[in-house]
Amino acid sequence: MNKKQIHMRNRILIALLCFAFAFVISEFMPLEAWLGSKSAALWVEFALFLIPYLIGGYDVVLKAIKNIGHGQLFDENFLMTVATVGAFALVLFPDSDPHMAEGAAVMLFYQVGELFQSYAVGKSRKSIAEMMDIAPDYANVERDGKLIQVDPYEIAVGDNIVIKAGERVPLDGIVVSGTSELDTKALTGESVPRSIAPGQDIISGCVNLSGKLVVQVTKPFGESTVSRILELVENAADKKAKTENFITRFAKYYTPIVVGIAVLLAILPPLLFGLSWSEWIQRGLVFLVVSCPCALVISVPLSFFGGIGGASRDGILIKGSNYLEVLANTQAVAFDKTGTLTDGSFEVVAVHAQDGYNADELLELAAHAESFSDHPIALSIKRAYSGELDPKRILDPQELSGRGVKATLDSNVVLVGNDKLMNECSIDYMSCELAGTILHVSYNNEYLGHIVIADVIKPIAPVAIAELHEMGIHNTVMLTGDREDVAKAVATEVGVDDYKAQLLPQDKVACVEQLLTQTSEHTHGKGKLAFVGDGINDAPVLARSDIGIAMGAMGSDAAIEAADVVLMDDDPTGVARAIRIARKTMRIVWQNIVFALGVKFAVLILAALGIANMWLAVFADVGVAILAILNAMRAMKVPARDQVSAADVEE
Amino acid sequence: MRKSFKLQDLDCANCAAKMENAINEIEGVNSASISFMTSKLVLDANDDQFEQIIGKAQSLISKIEPDCTIVR
Repeated sequence: MNKKQIHMRNRILIALLCFAFAFVISEFMPLEAWLGSKSAALWVEFALFLIPYLIGGYDVVLKAIKNIGHGQLFDENFLMTVATVGAFALVLFPDSDPHMAEGAAVMLFYQVGELFQSYAVGKSRKSIAEMMDIAPDYANVERDGKLIQVDPYEIAVGDNIVIKAGERVPLDGIVVSGTSELDTKALTGESVPRSIAPGQDIISGCVNLSGKLVVQVTKPFGESTVSRILELVENAADKKAKTENFITRFAKYYTPIVVGIAVLLAILPPLLFGLSWSEWIQRGLVFLVVSCPCALVISVPLSFFGGIGGASRDGILIKGSNYLEVLANTQAVAFDKTGTLTDGSFEVVAVHAQDGYNADELLELAAHAESFSDHPIALSIKRAYSGELDPKRILDPQELSGRGVKATLDSNVVLVGNDKLMNECSIDYMSCELAGTILHVSYNNEYLGHIVIADVIKPIAPVAIAELHEMGIHNTVMLTGDREDVAKAVATEVGVDDYKAQLLPQDKVACVEQLLTQTSEHTHGKGKLAFVGDGINDAPVLARSDIGIAMGAMGSDAAIEAADVVLMDDDPTGVARAIRIARKTMRIVWQNIVFALGVKFAVLILAALGIANMWLAVFADVGVAILAILNAMRAMKVPARDQVSAADVEE
Repeated sequence: MRKSFKLQDLDCANCAAKMENAINEIEGVNSASISFMTSKLVLDANDDQFEQIIGKAQSLISKIEPDCTIVR
């Protein structure tokens, strides 16, 4: 609680004590007998209840008077003042029971509700600010042999900074020296530390856990990951969901209409049918108490805000509450294969040697023949070869475009390449049943066997698809530029419902457009299509789909820019987690809308019939607001991540 | 020009909605959005009248919630 709130709390407590005192006296003391007359007793009661009323609500009354001057007729302060003053004024009608206690109580409870609202909102604002407390305060720079702390804004690209153990990485860069473990939890939600060594990229916002690191800065502070994320989350609130706008518009009409009915209710029946003034005025006052749409207006944005905040704690950045809404309606998910379901790096998955040779010999020959090349395939073979490369053994290496490589190794010709190359050199080869890129190896015109290279499927990818299926999303499609057989193999292993192979980059947009139409047709326009990509080269598709999800975006500006939802880590189960959070948020939003409106309408009807009194109305107003806020705050709680990490799946 | 401002002492969600409506009515404003949760006003308005518009927005805000101020 801040100072203002503590002051308010104390005021309310004092007012409540006075109220209790006044209530006891008026209910249980024989005031009439003591004072001798009924009217004298009434006036004493009036004064007794006026004290807590003024202590608790003088500011409301003052604001109401000020706002009438500004023409703000439907201001909540004004409405509360009219309702409570009206309750006190009922004493002037001789045929009515006194309603002073209710007047004072309505004001006090209203203030309790206001205090609670301000406390709840402050708390969730603060907890989200804490969650986003990843902004570094300083960077260490060495000047004249001494380490000094400098504002990260002052660091230029190319400068070296020092990050000590326990400090937050202030700017993006490359590690020059030192090894350490990084805590990326604030960015990715991932709790397992990541090890880092010289030559690797380091991202601002992570915490250096163990060793001292020297880092060469690659981006100015304003463009560093941490600044971009903060900017993104700050701006998320601008893009309001349809539900949010609907509630605001609803509130705009709700209050004037309810106030209008209140006036009619108070005046017409007594005028037209000669019914009791005090009775019908009282019914009108009940309407006024319920006329404030606060519960709705506050709980809906609070829920969305909580959902976005909770998601960001889990490494999922959602760029606006409108995207939460779309995400909750996602019925189909299209994955770009590379970088989402697969690692995007080629690996040797099998080595099939002919009789008389072994796998190591095959890899040794291939690695030497490819030793000069930086092609991803060459790199993967070099990674798979465990021995030392000796460049002196290689003579005259040639790259044969579209076929493979040819070189002289230990004075014999070695060929590494595809079927075409083997055919050209008339070497008999064995074909392979595995999907992937097949590299045949021949030495001195003799066929030795082949190496199978494939993009490795992320171990967690099948889990990600299974989770989507479990949530009732049975339309998952994999898009890839790969050959049909490779695509089919990956699709089967991962478990997607459908795949589209051999797509050129421009085909992907057309393909997504087709999926959009299909999804919309199958679900009568309600279901939405999410596209998941790694943010590299798929900006147009991210933009075209209903909702674009970029994955593994830590450090990738393009992805953060183009996508609507950004998953900070490489884990494809983030898609299911994001949808789950969105669904939960929307459920809470609708619970609040239905609950708040339901109770209000019920009380309005009961009040018009003369069954509801002011006590019930105060509950409908303050009680509902408090319950709706408590419910909204649930949106912030994101369940702990499933303990199915990539490591567990591998085992 | 599009700029975002912090709103100090914005305490009432319904007021925030009313302010947003009122500011959107000001001539020269292309779009205005107030987020109650982040206490922020994002104003997109014509460049030449920008200062004037902020002034008008402040007076509208004061009418609705007297304590609330735009932090410039």
